[in-house]
Formats: sequence, structure tokens, C-alpha cells
Amino acid sequence: MSSGDVWILGITMTKFGKRPDVETDELAAEAALGALKDGGVTMADMQVLAAGNLFGSGIGQKLQKQIGQTGIPVFNVANACATGATALRTVMMAIKAGEADMGLAVGVEKLSGAGLLGGGPASFDTQTWTPRGTDGAVMDLDGRVGTAGMPGTFAQIGMEYGHKYGGVSFELFARISEKNHAHSTLNPLAAYSKAMPLEMIMNDIMIAYPNTRPMCSANCDGAAAAVLVSDAKLKTLDPDQRRRAVKVSASVLTSDPYEEGCQVLPNVNTLTRRAAQQAYDAAGVSPSDLDLVELHDCFATAELVHYDNLMLCPEGGAVDFFESGAPFRDGSTPVNVSGGLQSKGHPISATGIANVWEIAHHLRGEAGPRQIEGARVGLAHVIGLGSACGIHILEKAS
Amino acid sequence: MASVPVVRALALEPEPHLVAQECTACAARFFGRRAACASCFCETFRDADVPTDGEIVAFTIVAFAMPGVAVPYVAATVDCGGTTVQANIVGVEPTPEHVHLGQKVRLTTYPLGTDSHGTEAIGFAFTPIGA
Repeated sequence: MSSGDVWILGITMTKFGKRPDVETDELAAEAALGALKDGGVTMADMQVLAAGNLFGSGIGQKLQKQIGQTGIPVFNVANACATGATALRTVMMAIKAGEADMGLAVGVEKLSGAGLLGGGPASFDTQTWTPRGTDGAVMDLDGRVGTAGMPGTFAQIGMEYGHKYGGVSFELFARISEKNHAHSTLNPLAAYSKAMPLEMIMNDIMIAYPNTRPMCSANCDGAAAAVLVSDAKLKTLDPDQRRRAVKVSASVLTSDPYEEGCQVLPNVNTLTRRAAQQAYDAAGVSPSDLDLVELHDCFATAELVHYDNLMLCPEGGAVDFFESGAPFRDGSTPVNVSGGLQSKGHPISATGIANVWEIAHHLRGEAGPRQIEGARVGLAHVIGLGSACGIHILEKAS
Repeated sequence: MASVPVVRALALEPEPHLVAQECTACAARFFGRRAACASCFCETFRDADVPTDGEIVAFTIVAFAMPGVAVPYVAATVDCGGTTVQANIVGVEPTPEHVHLGQKVRLTTYPLGTDSHGTEAIGFAFTPIGA
């Protein structure tokens, strides 16, 4: 009897960083072929492909032309910074629905040198002020009526937590960043792998107070891919393939439910908390069972609020959680041992699969010098502003 | 001089204030047109005046912005008697020493430029009370 579980059979991420030598589809191919080889399968075994590339279009079909056109259904997905997790979730659903027993999820982005994101340009008539759009605005509002940029938005999300519960400071947020930059020194695939002392982080260029440049996610190039397989199909595969398979105990995607103010300052809290609760319920695990967590630290200010949203600490207790040392790699709930988005990097569509790879890497016991010893269960979280939250809980094959 | 508000939600008369679209069923408030209420799906709204005094519940000091926007500037989320508003904070040094969480602020307006017909666009922001 099949349990109905879905497993990761093969998974990989490319080195994150500058890749001027390859095109986006070639970078996606590097990850996809890596995942197929890791799983001991080929494109002939794939029955569905879900692919994401936020700054391009039709990446799924472009990828097929690089690695194999077999006529399978392709879903090109876009869900902001949750795009990679959405590709995974799409393949999960196809397998759960019984339409496929094996599928490939891919996320890729080329972002090196992209600069600050958010608050895209709009064309307004400066000769005659003309109210436009749902707001009836006569000019671009970004910078004139608050900020639409990602750094300032996530800065406020961290500050809002401070207003509610107290205890935050520029230095606290910088220390969170210091932790992740220290973690990445053990990650050869990270875009940045040099430790950054606290003073260096605090004295770097201010982007949007309280986030300086190293406290912001690093724009870079990268791709990640995963092969998912049904429980029934996995049972027919070789023992070596089965031994390295990682169970997907929960795969959840949420959007933000309406709350007062959520259309003014995005509320990244409620949808994350809901996704986390659904994931813990589905997996039958509690936050204290987690051996490691990769969460969406797109800015240092964001990491703090997600300690709370993922219920790694009591409500309002994120500052104490950090101060206790819990999220450091030698702490009780290591968070972002990869270096996180601030140091490993954030090639947007790749991120939601790359953080799943990080967890799987530890559960397989293959993480080398940064291995969290004895890791059996981990959680990967991403959030795309707007908003979408993806959470995957993974467990070691028993 | 003729003037036009930067957004439809800014009423300039009799005194400058913001006008939200309030759901007639659940009283959820929105800025800008909505087809239906995001909270209860009701399709009718009424104008609701938003208090001009509020409290800063979150802020940032933005150091990089698009051309035409002076930096650094303070962007904040302001609780105006239960309605959340996003705006800049003006009339204060844009430094962490001068802006703080919980600070009391009041709506103010300022000119954002004149078009070729001599019409002035009027923007809104908040400024610390008593500053």
C-alpha cells in the first residue's frame, strides 16, 4: 500500500554568485540535470515540470529545449519570492492528485547587479496632472507617500515588531546579520562566504534604516531543482535511491488573509503563522522537533519576525529567542546555517528550492563541515511579498 | 492657484484630511477603488474621514530612491485612530535620534510641483506634534 507520501528523490542547487558565462536557461539546466542525476533518473521519467523565473518568461519550455523535450505538461509559475516553493508545490499537487508519479521543479534567476528591487517605474503625465489608477494618483507615489521599495518595507516590518513587543535596535538586527554571515563561511555554494564583524555590518552603507547593505538579501545568479516522486513509485526504485530519499512531510502555500492595515504595510506575519500551523499539523511535528530551519531572511529585520511567526519562540519572544543563542548553528534551533538570503544570496525563483536543498543536504548527512549532526527533521520557509508563503517540512527516511 | 491632490483619498477642503472607502457592512477601510471588500466581499462603500492625528507604529529611513525623490527621507506606518496610513514623516531630521516608534504625528500637506497649466500637486505627510 502506498502511504500517499511524496518524497524528494533528487535535489541540487548551483553555486550562487555571478554567472556571466551562462544564460538563464543554461543555469536552469545545470540545476535540473544535477537534480535528475542526484535522483538517478532522466527526463524520460518526468511526467510534469514546474518552473519559475520571475525576471523572464516561459522558462519551463526554454529549459526543455536545453535538457529534453518529452511533451509533458509544463507549468510556468510566478509567485514573487515564493516562486521556487510554488514550483515545488505544483509538482507535489500533481503527484498527490495522481496525475504523475514523478516530476521536476526548477527555479532560476539571474540578478547580479540588479540593484534595489520594488516600486517599479510608472509613466505619469507631468505636463497635465491626471489622476490615474485605483488610487487616482497624479505621480509615482514611491518616496512621496511612504516607500514601495523592498528594503524600506521590510525595515518597517521589523520595526513594527519592535513597536509591538519592544527590545529591537539597530544593533540587534545587525547581530542577526552577523550570525548569517558567520554561518555562510562553511557554505562553499554561498555567494558571500566571508565573516563580517558587527562593526563592519553597522558601518556599511545604510540602505533603509535599520538595514545596511549586508543586512539585505544579496542579489545574485543561481538555480535549484528537485525531483519529486510518489511513495508507490519510490518503492520500485533501487535501494540506493530510496536510502537518500527525503520525505516531504508537509507542503503548504498560503496567501495573506485580510487584516486592518495589510494593504498599507504588507502583513507577512499572519500568512506565515497560518502556513506554519498547517505544516506542523500535516507533518505531526512541533517546532521543538525541528533540527534546523531555513527561513526567509530577505532582510535582517525579516528574520526576527519569522522566529515568532514560525512559532520557534513564544509569541512576542523573538528577541529573547535570538539572545538565548537558539538560532546559531550550535544553538537549540539552528536558523539559516546556509548563510541565509543575506549571505548565501537570493536569486529569487531559486530560493524556495535552494532552502529545501539545504535541509535535505543535512537530513542526508551530506553537509560536510556545516552538517547539523543527527538532523532528522527540518523546515524551509519563503515569503513573497504581496503575499505568498511557502513552507516545506522535510524528514529523514527512517 | 489651482491645485490637485496627489491621490484621490486626500481631501483638501475644508481642512486637509484623508478619506477612506469604508465597507458599508463590516467597516473595513481601504484607500483607492475596490470592487468588493477584501474582508467580507460586500460591494458597497461609503466615504469615511480618517483622523488627522496618529502614532508612528513603524518607520524606516530610506537612503536610496528613484530620481526626483530627495534622500534620506522617513517613511512610516501611522495608526490614525485605528486606520493604518502609509506616508512620509516631514519637519524632522531624518535620523534615528529624531524619529521614534510611538511618536505622535499630525497630517500636513506640501507642494509636489506644478504642471504646465500652473496646477499644483499637493502631497501629504505627517509631522511630529509639538515639533
